[in-house]
Amino acid sequence: MEAAMDLMRRISPNKSEMALSALLSLLPDHSSDLLSQVDQPLQVYFDTESGKEFILCEYNRDADSYRSPWSNIYYPPLEDGPIPSPHLRKLEVEANDVFAVYRDQYYEGGVSSVYMWEDDNEGFVSCFLIKKDGSRKADGRRGYLQEGAWEAVHVIEVDQEKETAHYCLTSTVMLSLTTENKPSGTFNLSGSIRRQMNLDLPVEDGHLCNMGKMIEEMEGKLRNSLDQVYFGKTREMVCTLRPPPEGLQVRLPESS
Amino acid sequence: MAEEEEERKQKKEIAKWFLTNAPAGEIQYVAKDIRSVVGDDEVYDEAAAEAFPTYNKTHLVVLEMPDRSGDVIVTTHGELDESNYFDPRTAHVATVDHVKQVCTKVRPATDEELPSSYIEEFRGALDAEVCKYVGDTYPKGTCSVYCTSGKDVEGPGENFEFAIVISAAKLSPQNFCNGSWRSIWNVEFKDDMQVVELRGKMQVGAHYFEEGNVQLDTNTECKDSTIFQSPEDSAVSITNMIRHHETEYMTSLEASYLNLPDTTFKDLRRKLPVTRTLFPWHNTLQFSLTRDITKELGIGK
Repeated sequence: MEAAMDLMRRISPNKSEMALSALLSLLPDHSSDLLSQVDQPLQVYFDTESGKEFILCEYNRDADSYRSPWSNIYYPPLEDGPIPSPHLRKLEVEANDVFAVYRDQYYEGGVSSVYMWEDDNEGFVSCFLIKKDGSRKADGRRGYLQEGAWEAVHVIEVDQEKETAHYCLTSTVMLSLTTENKPSGTFNLSGSIRRQMNLDLPVEDGHLCNMGKMIEEMEGKLRNSLDQVYFGKTREMVCTLRPPPEGLQVRLPESS
Repeated sequence: MAEEEEERKQKKEIAKWFLTNAPAGEIQYVAKDIRSVVGDDEVYDEAAAEAFPTYNKTHLVVLEMPDRSGDVIVTTHGELDESNYFDPRTAHVATVDHVKQVCTKVRPATDEELPSSYIEEFRGALDAEVCKYVGDTYPKGTCSVYCTSGKDVEGPGENFEFAIVISAAKLSPQNFCNGSWRSIWNVEFKDDMQVVELRGKMQVGAHYFEEGNVQLDTNTECKDSTIFQSPEDSAVSITNMIRHHETEYMTSLEASYLNLPDTTFKDLRRKLPVTRTLFPWHNTLQFSLTRDITKELGIGK
């Protein structure tokens, strides 16, 4: 398992889907570990009942079917597929509506889904997902990207204790962007990072408000570190390989 | 039995895939991992024997020749057979252990392996110029000039071709960062047209993997030409063209990075919402679509 995880850290994030299916076939006994620890590209399915798209992941899957957060129906149809309790389902419906607005304001397009389920110790878990295709043929408003994908997975475990609740958020962002033009050829950056955040918050504002704020802060941080730190490091590497002539150095803010 | 064979074949193909897709300078780490994941040394060894040569050649791996000051580049342009690579500058042939990524022995090249003295004049002059350029430009750069066609041409009147290979890698696994610059220039000396045509391919990769995995992968191609001149003058104008195109490419990479934060990245996710203020999580009632939910929120939680 350790070696498998190290491989996933080395192989280009663009090839993670192939890498994961290869590892699954080599390590069938570890398939559940692999599926939960390795981030895979998110797939989208169309919910004909509500006329909306939803995201497929391990958290809305039962057998080979996936539950739509819009209609609460499994696709393909599944009898007795687990659904959240009525109380939690209400929160889930609300979260999906609100998160769709959040997604539209930050992403100007894309698909989002939120899934919730009860856990074993009277708390619950939520998973917030976003998938955005920012290429010029899809939702890329500015048309700079030949190919561009952003996928975010936020899993929050919630333990309520009277007035406050403990929130444990694990977030993963996977992205890939390609620009292509005449003199500079193909330029691709791809990456995936994962971070955790733990907070105790009063429940009077509501779980959705607390979880939403955490996700917003986390997404901002992840975007920033990808942009400033991770992309900055690869740029630094390029400049180490072939240092720009002195005097002509173009300076990037906060990159070094 | 057939099924077992099929499974074995699949394992080997997977191992090969991981090995050949290792980032610059990381194949030995990938090898260690995949050997343990495959869990069958025999299958792994077969996969490694096929994958390492491919990897070494695509990555233009540079190996030190034993007891000499020179390096040999593992490239198809200098490949005599799977494990023997010609180094034109020292006129030696290096035997390479692909899996260990070391050079095990060297021998002087035979007369048949060497180009004619007419060709060597052009090649040597070009090698000297390119070397100077690479030395000035790439702190970790290695280069070599191979005659890829017409090495036995004895004098004016016939065409010949060179390949210039430039390989620069910077490996710093302790800082979770590796990268490589590779360029290959094909130079056609067209005696009949009295022109020299240049075709180049440049490729840059970088991998940063401290608490994450981010990779840069770029490539481009370009073309140029100049008039057929004496060996020395040709060498100078060809090197000038290469310098020009590689510098231009580097500038365009810089421009791509500069454009990232405010233009390119924005098409994936904005820094701030379209409203330019943080999302109003405290007041999401306005977004709730059904009355039921409103009611539910109304009674509070």
